[in-house]
Amino acid sequence: MGHRLSDLLHGRPRLQAGGLLAAPMGWLVIGYLGSLAVLLVAAFWQVGAVSGEVVRGFSLENFKTLVDEPVYRSIAGRTILIAALVTLTDAVLAFPIAFYMAKIASRRAKALLVVAVVMPLWSSYLVKVYAWRTMLSAGGVLNWALDPFGAAGPGYGNLAVWLVMSYLWLPYMIIPIFAGLERIPNSLISASEDLGAAPLTTFRRVILPLAFPAVIAGSIFTFSLTLGDYITPRLVSNNQFIGNVVFSNVTTNLPLASAFATVPIVVMVAYLLIARRLGAFEHL
Amino acid sequence: MTTKGEGSPAKVAWLIAAGLIAALIGIGCGGGGENDNGTELQKLGKGEGEVDLISWAGYVEDGSTDPNVDWVTDFEKQTGCDVKNKIAGTSDEMVQLMRTGQYDGVSASGNATARLVEGGDVAPVNVDLVPNYATVFPDLKDQSYNTFDGTHYGIPHGRGANLLMWNSDEVKPAPTSWDVMLDPDKAADYKGKISAYDDPIYIADAAVYLKAHEPDLGIDNPYELDEDQFNAAVDLLKQQRPNVGEYWSDYAKQIQAFTNGDDWVGTTWQYQYFTLKADGQPVAAVGAKQGFLPSEGATGWSDTWMISSEAQHPNCMYMWMNHIIDPKVNAQVAEWFGEAPAQSKACDFTSDPKFCDNYHAADPEFWKRVYYWNTPLADCGDDRGDVCKDYNDWVQAWTEIKG
Repeated sequence: MGHRLSDLLHGRPRLQAGGLLAAPMGWLVIGYLGSLAVLLVAAFWQVGAVSGEVVRGFSLENFKTLVDEPVYRSIAGRTILIAALVTLTDAVLAFPIAFYMAKIASRRAKALLVVAVVMPLWSSYLVKVYAWRTMLSAGGVLNWALDPFGAAGPGYGNLAVWLVMSYLWLPYMIIPIFAGLERIPNSLISASEDLGAAPLTTFRRVILPLAFPAVIAGSIFTFSLTLGDYITPRLVSNNQFIGNVVFSNVTTNLPLASAFATVPIVVMVAYLLIARRLGAFEHL
Repeated sequence: MTTKGEGSPAKVAWLIAAGLIAALIGIGCGGGGENDNGTELQKLGKGEGEVDLISWAGYVEDGSTDPNVDWVTDFEKQTGCDVKNKIAGTSDEMVQLMRTGQYDGVSASGNATARLVEGGDVAPVNVDLVPNYATVFPDLKDQSYNTFDGTHYGIPHGRGANLLMWNSDEVKPAPTSWDVMLDPDKAADYKGKISAYDDPIYIADAAVYLKAHEPDLGIDNPYELDEDQFNAAVDLLKQQRPNVGEYWSDYAKQIQAFTNGDDWVGTTWQYQYFTLKADGQPVAAVGAKQGFLPSEGATGWSDTWMISSEAQHPNCMYMWMNHIIDPKVNAQVAEWFGEAPAQSKACDFTSDPKFCDNYHAADPEFWKRVYYWNTPLADCGDDRGDVCKDYNDWVQAWTEIKG
């Protein structure tokens, strides 16, 4: 049997590749694209008045609601704005850390730093958000520490969401930038210096352009993770994000939730297209 | 990321995906929803060894919260039905969980029952197979939220009012009205310290308040609101929004907010109130003298154990429904949660002999000021006709209120 199988596969690269890829491709198509398709189809359905059960059929009513009701626009705007701010914050914070890890730290320190950056990912996401919730609360450690200076923490709200999200997704920005910077040969930096470029010029003209695709790669993580999150806004603010509206409507109005869930998909597709334009995927 | 080269595997993948999408659209547009409410059980058989429940916090206790609070272990020993319980935070969550078909029963409030029946998620209950049902308080039987077209769809569990709770160190004098949360001027004193329930049904709380304070609106039933009444309630809650510290749907979140001093006054359930009290927190609620009710009355709930139309363990579920309104057990549940029992004989078994008096268990007059959660329908249920806002409108408005 085993012989026959290997005979069959021998000299047939297509069949070999097909056999190997069947399971993952099947999973991708059925599990991922399939669920996306269901979501998109559901966005055109309606719900029954009493039962809240889905009534199948075609209608653009949900999208009309999303456009007509100002509340959905302001929620989408808030979500995208916070996602952009978190991405920017993480990029600014991550770059120096990644640069130190990739170019300055000794071999030993580098290993330690990588572990330190990845370590927060070992603990549960929920634990971290709850920790922030406790720290930001009225009687929390942040207010206690700031009180002697006559200041107070941000409390719960958009500011808290921005802070917590920036903290949560920082490792997802550091690691790609670190990997990108590591790939830049030191000789290029030396050459730039030898040719008389000031350190800032070297950074601007040599390092940044070469590391830029890595920053974009990291930003895809931070941006999409923020765009989809609904637990953090729920725990450290009263504000609704796209995910919160989807979550609260899934039980009562699945079609509207599906319609609203297409917004982050559209935003992400646009973002990825721009990222491709900027050359983020050329070295993958 | 970009696919280069031959393109044939990618083409195949796209073809498969396109075919799949087409198939899904076919499924999506064909056929309507089924509406099979099933039939009631005629004869009780042997237990199936397990029962899967969905309940409110504090309804199914097996001693893990407090070793002395346990009415599950005995049930498991007597019937051999292993109890598995899932706690839900809102009625919407309960409806959604029931629709998975993986549970045998649910302790549904009135704002879930109509949806469950209409959706065919629950089956009629043969009350003859639940011997303890005979002595349930008569004013809990045959109500609009548990009996549909004359068919019983559940067993009453107990009832109570949503509480007005406050931090007694911070909120003085003790409030006697919901105005402390809902009157825009008074609520501003506690800006950022107000805790409101995160569910569309909370709009009814505003309607109860308006019923007392703005009689011109002519609100009678807070779940049957026409356009003007509904908009007034929604506007009131939009004015409340900037004063709200936190909306809660998870009772643990509210307990934490009161413990940490994030919130000082809010609407709550007996469960959080007694948990905070037991923890030594300085919380108070409108006292027993007023029957726990602020001057306007309050929204409340009358819960019903319902059986899933797809129950895997119907016999165990019937045994559970009989068990939970057993006089001794119902007394235990009622005292632990802090609600009025559904079982009239439970009053003989409460550890506090005055318990049933305090909770007005046998006082139908009292319950007229408690507006049990109900499913808002387009049909107002009176001569106004089909002009009322239905639950979809409530959900939509709730999103707008939170902004």
